[in-house]
Amino acid sequence: MEEVKLMKGNEAIAEASIREGVDAYFGYPITPQSEVIEYLMLEEPYKRTGMAVLQAESEIAAINMVYGAAACGKKAMTSSSSPGISLKQEGLSYIAGSELPCVVVNVVRGGPGLGTIQPSQADYFQTVKGGGHGDYRLIVLAPASVQEMSDFVEDGFNLAFKYRNPVMILSDGLIGQMMEKVKLKAQKPRLTENEIRERYGDWATLGNKSENRKIITSLELKPERQEKHNDKLQAKYREVEKNEVRYEKINCENADYLLVAYGSSARICQKTIQLGKEKGLNIGLIRPITLWPFPSKAIYEAADKVKGILAVELSAGQMVEDVRLAVNGKVKVEHFGRYGGMIHSPDEVLSALEQKIIGG
Amino acid sequence: MTEEIIIAGFGGQGVLSMGKILAYSGIMQDKEVSWMPSYGPEMRGGTANVTVILSDERISSPVLKHYDTAIILNQQSMDKFEETVKPGGILLYDPNGILKHPTRKDINIFKIEGAAEASRMSNSKTFNMIILGAYLKIKPVVNMENVLKGLKKSLPDRHHHLIPVNEEAIKVGIEKVQSLQTV
Repeated sequence: MEEVKLMKGNEAIAEASIREGVDAYFGYPITPQSEVIEYLMLEEPYKRTGMAVLQAESEIAAINMVYGAAACGKKAMTSSSSPGISLKQEGLSYIAGSELPCVVVNVVRGGPGLGTIQPSQADYFQTVKGGGHGDYRLIVLAPASVQEMSDFVEDGFNLAFKYRNPVMILSDGLIGQMMEKVKLKAQKPRLTENEIRERYGDWATLGNKSENRKIITSLELKPERQEKHNDKLQAKYREVEKNEVRYEKINCENADYLLVAYGSSARICQKTIQLGKEKGLNIGLIRPITLWPFPSKAIYEAADKVKGILAVELSAGQMVEDVRLAVNGKVKVEHFGRYGGMIHSPDEVLSALEQKIIGG
Repeated sequence: MTEEIIIAGFGGQGVLSMGKILAYSGIMQDKEVSWMPSYGPEMRGGTANVTVILSDERISSPVLKHYDTAIILNQQSMDKFEETVKPGGILLYDPNGILKHPTRKDINIFKIEGAAEASRMSNSKTFNMIILGAYLKIKPVVNMENVLKGLKKSLPDRHHHLIPVNEEAIKVGIEKVQSLQTV
């Protein structure tokens, strides 16, 4: 049964994790995402579904608890905000290296360092280009509404288990703190060990002595074998790139100028499109929903039809590099964004488009 | 119909919960809604504001620079938000503690003695509902039936016995709001 509620993005993530049948959430509070663990503690999902909720002693402990639970074939997740996510990078690299599924939520705030608690999109490089060490990839989903905060928990676990790979939901303080209508999904049961094995393969360590011994590790002492393991990872990443690119095109038919923006900036840009219309400007928007794999092909194709592209993000210019790689010099690509916790208004985006692309 | 509102005042005045009740009322009336607060240290006694959007269409940006209506409840907010009202828009304020009254000539200005009425009701917590009533009198974006439903939805069960006093406060607001300038 679908239920409609008014919820904060952070609350929607928390409720969605219960309804997804997640086995365990491990977290540590940090603004602007503390509502995730607060909501879970208040809801007591251990009474509703048996889901474990634990406030770990640190972010590092939390990601390693996720690592352990994931190795046992459990649906495990954690969430944090930028400084806390930095602490989790070692664990993410190990989880990726060990090919384990999990969902990690980053409700990004202004940086660098402890920075501010206001919204930012300056963790793009960290999320999409590595963050931790080694040749690995996170599958990255960027919600632009409270509804997507809820929906991407399910999508995230589906992708995580399909590819045995960590998935990051890259949100920010704006989407985390705002309230919108959200349609909640029906409660799913938590999966049993047998169900996990039947659906996703027999790889989890279940502590059952009668079974074949399974070893989950990211350590390999022979470089020849580690190279082969990397080949396998790379082949998997190519599959993800082939199958899982998601994006939304808004007003792109006959647009003269194109904005590329994700998450909260994509919302702001939709208002910019309206403001542009009032001035007689025809502006389109491509909203990447997966940041990795990035919708390069869609942007490359759209570049043929427009006079210029403005990448809009709450950072000093990160995603713009991927837009430039995608466009490959076909048209001018510029960047605009406020940062450090400041949010650009729809009017400011329009002025930037007029100055940097239309007039420039 | 799209109504873009900023509600701004001190932390503790009930600015955020007033916005939440308005947003919930919007949902009860099948509208799209968004509620975007200022958050952080200002929630603990400094200035607090929330942007609420009610619309018949999908809502684009939850953060804005210009508003159809500004509801202003302290001087800092007057200084910051008077200029953000769209020409022809609405500024509703409580004169309590306001030293510099609004000066714009191109907007509709209303006042409600919210703090004074709340103390007359001997219940300072009704303040935000008096303001909500005043706003709904000026702009009936949601009907009273749905406001009461929204109120019920946004209050936890243990506070439901307070619904009648809140309803009373909304009525006081409706009754006492005064128009100062019409354009």
